[in-house]
Amino acid sequence: MDSLRHDVILVGGGGAGLRAAIALGESRPDLSVAVVSKVYPMRSHTVAAEGGAAAVIKPGDSLDAHAHDTISGGDWLCDQDAVEAFVREAPEELLRLEHWGCPWSREKDGRIAVRPFGGMKIERTWFAADKTGFHLLHTLFQTSLRYGSITRYDEWFVTRLLVHEGRCQGVVAIEMATGKVYGILARAVILTTGGCGRVFPFTTNANIKTGDGMALAYRAGVPLEDMEFVQYHPTGLPFTGILITEAARAEGGWLVNRDGYRYLQDYDLGKPEPRPVLKSMELGPRDRLSQAFVQEMEKGRTLKTAHGDVVHLDIRHLGAKVIDTKLPFVRELCLKYERIDPVRDLIPVRPVVHYMMGGIATDLEGATSLPGLYAAGETACVSINGANRLGSNSLTEILVFGARAGKAAAAYASEQPPPGEAALGVALEEERHLRGDWLERSGGTERMAALRTEMQRAMEEGAGIYRDQKGLASAATRIREIRERLGHLRLDDRSLTFNTELVSALELECMVDVAEAIIHSALHRTESRGAHQRTDFPRRDDQRFLAHSLAHRVEGSPPRIELRPVTITRWPPAERVYGR
Amino acid sequence: MAETVTLEVQRYRPETEGEPTWERFEVPCQPEWMVLDVLNYVKDQVDGTLSYRWACRMGVCGSCGMTVNGEPALTCATYLRDLPRGPVRVAPLAHFPVIRDLVVDVTDFVDKLARVKPWIIRKEDKPLSEGEYLQTPDELERYKQLSMCINCALCYSACPIYPLEPEFVGPAAIALAQRYNLDNRDQGASEREEILSSQDGVWCCTFVGECSVVCPKHVDPAGAIQRHKVTSTIEWFKSALLPWRKR
Repeated sequence: MDSLRHDVILVGGGGAGLRAAIALGESRPDLSVAVVSKVYPMRSHTVAAEGGAAAVIKPGDSLDAHAHDTISGGDWLCDQDAVEAFVREAPEELLRLEHWGCPWSREKDGRIAVRPFGGMKIERTWFAADKTGFHLLHTLFQTSLRYGSITRYDEWFVTRLLVHEGRCQGVVAIEMATGKVYGILARAVILTTGGCGRVFPFTTNANIKTGDGMALAYRAGVPLEDMEFVQYHPTGLPFTGILITEAARAEGGWLVNRDGYRYLQDYDLGKPEPRPVLKSMELGPRDRLSQAFVQEMEKGRTLKTAHGDVVHLDIRHLGAKVIDTKLPFVRELCLKYERIDPVRDLIPVRPVVHYMMGGIATDLEGATSLPGLYAAGETACVSINGANRLGSNSLTEILVFGARAGKAAAAYASEQPPPGEAALGVALEEERHLRGDWLERSGGTERMAALRTEMQRAMEEGAGIYRDQKGLASAATRIREIRERLGHLRLDDRSLTFNTELVSALELECMVDVAEAIIHSALHRTESRGAHQRTDFPRRDDQRFLAHSLAHRVEGSPPRIELRPVTITRWPPAERVYGR
Repeated sequence: MAETVTLEVQRYRPETEGEPTWERFEVPCQPEWMVLDVLNYVKDQVDGTLSYRWACRMGVCGSCGMTVNGEPALTCATYLRDLPRGPVRVAPLAHFPVIRDLVVDVTDFVDKLARVKPWIIRKEDKPLSEGEYLQTPDELERYKQLSMCINCALCYSACPIYPLEPEFVGPAAIALAQRYNLDNRDQGASEREEILSSQDGVWCCTFVGECSVVCPKHVDPAGAIQRHKVTSTIEWFKSALLPWRKR
């Protein structure tokens, strides 16, 4: 087996990974950095983020206000020390992106423009029209090309962490073009692989969002934190699941039911006004809006379509000019994927799985419980998102915590000896497993796509917007069966050259691990908080559950769930109030 | 739904075949399907060996470019019902080496993006403490459209020069250079001039304009190339006529 060596490896080349890589390149050009990603960096899912990135910049705003919005939006499950660091470093991170060339939208005088967003008390969302993630990712990718210390391994799929003598000392990866398996040794590894929306059938997430980094860490003994908190975004296009950004409501869009009625007024979210009101009605938080949709559906006041129930997002009154300057992508997506023009037509929307609040448990520097292993971005749980993330915090999060993880890994790597060849023993074992158990295995009857569909269906039915003990337990049984059947999978493709079926099977294994962590964390949390709503336990229970869930993987059994108290600094738990 | 579509797809399995071949699949389909949905149906239900790239399925990640009925296109943004009746023919993007089936090797393209130094170049960086560089909406507008490139490489696949002059920097990379040249925060135009005015740069282009026709994001690389030729000619005259003038 061939092996490679670097000082720090980044697994994943999206926003968090590239920000970490640049932090390493800037601060420690003497350290050699590898960006190992299963896709070219500009394909990473950061590219799809639309609305914007939050940071305090305007007069009248304050760091405390941003922190409070984030903490109440997260239903008091955020670690407040993490939130304080986050809001403090957010403005300089976004400014840095400006200096690197990000085409932020501007005021007439040339200063940065901000827009309102859901759950935020004041306008503080920086935006690049409604393609903010796209511009942010391309700015980071292009800027990363300056640094000679960064080597990219594009289209390499990481299958395992190299853990030796209690430290993470590298990864095992398949070079997809050739099927060759490499051990890549390093003094530190940072996981920046993003979320896992594809665990569910209906999601805004790209095909590549399969929780790979979460599974890698989980299998190496690192707990996954708060996995029961899955964000449904209230406005996805039916059939495709493509996201219509919250910015559409921030600019003044209305959500109406089958009767043209702004139904959110019936769900303690405020009174309808013609102009958008911050933290009210359509600018309420995503969890509450998605829950209101389900209740509206149960009252029979949604519209039936071939692809499920929908309500309407109405932005017609904004006019073509506002739509074309502030929401051009919304118009483009509607024209392309729904064949409607939002200047004239109502947009059909329904809640769609969008974001994972939970992830690999890390401290404020991105460090996990495994020495040498770091994580940042959606794949991590630091935790600033608590039980429900506020829109426009995630793009800022990948910058703030990507940079922090990069710097922390640099400092750690400098103190470590280079990994010895002995760490490659695991890599040889992994290579034998990939060949023998996948490419050369005979027999097998199960079809990959069928198992994937069944897993997604089990998750939607058991662990959706509203959950109960019975539904979750049944989903747990189904996922356990799917795990067993994975052992009888038959691959059509036995080729070494760009074997996408093999990669999909390995991704499915990751998703099954992640699905199990979601279900068992949800079973364990017998309360309702933020995006986790138990119909059998409808109240928030701060006595027992002002705490993070930590799911530890146990071979052959369900994960062990432990609780860890939330860090409260200055904002004691209170009621979440919107629209009053 | 009883509708079906015939997919003809170019296969190439380098471990067992010397040459690409064509394969036909009859696939049940729905009216809202894109070409990508047909490929996914075949992969999931019929033949797991069919190989291609895709990710966002919303026309922004740039990974699913292929040749559809002879034209370069994003398969996630090409409706079946917009294609003429008859078989849908899907082949890999032209002008790139094929790795397998519909997967092409875009290394050369990605390397060329880096060659134009696509980052902000300043003589002196302004410290973060001094805040943002001012940029009015009009100044933003000057380069905005050029910043919309999703790196899908359709323009290289449409370009008649690229296969003849493999060293040609190409449409997307030149448009990217212009994106930074036209950004009022940038001072690196002269550094990029080296590559843009070289024999591999803008002068390779004979202005066929196919790149702009196929661009799914209306970036207009052909226009960017022509505008750069004008700038570069003016600069050349200035330096020839006013040799003491510093660039």
